[in-house]
Amino acid sequence: MKLLYFAWLRGRVGCAEEEVALPPQVHDVAGLLDWLRGRSDRHAEALRNLGLVRVAINQDYVGLGHPVREGDEVAIFPPVTGG
Amino acid sequence: MIRVQREDFDVGAELERLVAGNPRIGGVASFIGLVRDMGGSDRVSALTLEHYPGMTERKLAEIEAEAHCRWPLDAVLVIHRYGRLKPGDRIVLVATASPHREAALAACHFLIDWLKTEAPFWKSEETPAGDRWVESRAEDDAARERWTPALEV
Repeated sequence: MKLLYFAWLRGRVGCAEEEVALPPQVHDVAGLLDWLRGRSDRHAEALRNLGLVRVAINQDYVGLGHPVREGDEVAIFPPVTGG
Repeated sequence: MIRVQREDFDVGAELERLVAGNPRIGGVASFIGLVRDMGGSDRVSALTLEHYPGMTERKLAEIEAEAHCRWPLDAVLVIHRYGRLKPGDRIVLVATASPHREAALAACHFLIDWLKTEAPFWKSEETPAGDRWVESRAEDDAARERWTPALEV
């Protein structure tokens, strides 16, 4: 599964993109974020406050309960500030 | 039409192109967003816009389609820039054309309100205190909510 990070989340995690194998116990977005927090101190710090984190799967916004599957493109980023 | 680009755009030329060859159009509304030189109480010397290529175009196309559903529009144009910009530079152009002004004005307002909360762009400001990411504003969420639920066309 491909993970993409944008804006300050990219800076805090320390990379723009990473490829991970989806662990069998992870079934939804909440589970994925929880698992990612255990990957490194940087991930834990970046994903500490979920109120500041938005997730898109295959380029559509999703909520914490949305299922995740191997092969998904999962983007994790702060609330958007365009316009 | 949706365009996401690094380059600047010519507002006059874009608006002319939008209405060219369609005498049904009776009104064009436009919004142009510019880089401000202040962010909070700090002077901003430059702004860098980052986006999520692919999702950006997809969300903007969805927003455009929603505007077409809600209002009788003959043409819609959204141009959004990315990259490093200076105060006074153009960031975004939203333009709508319709036989009558009400639809054009309302759709233009809707498009910029929705774009600000839906399109995956992020701004980083350069200030004397260092670079910092712009935080989203509750006012922008409230402005978007104004357009929910769907209005009757």
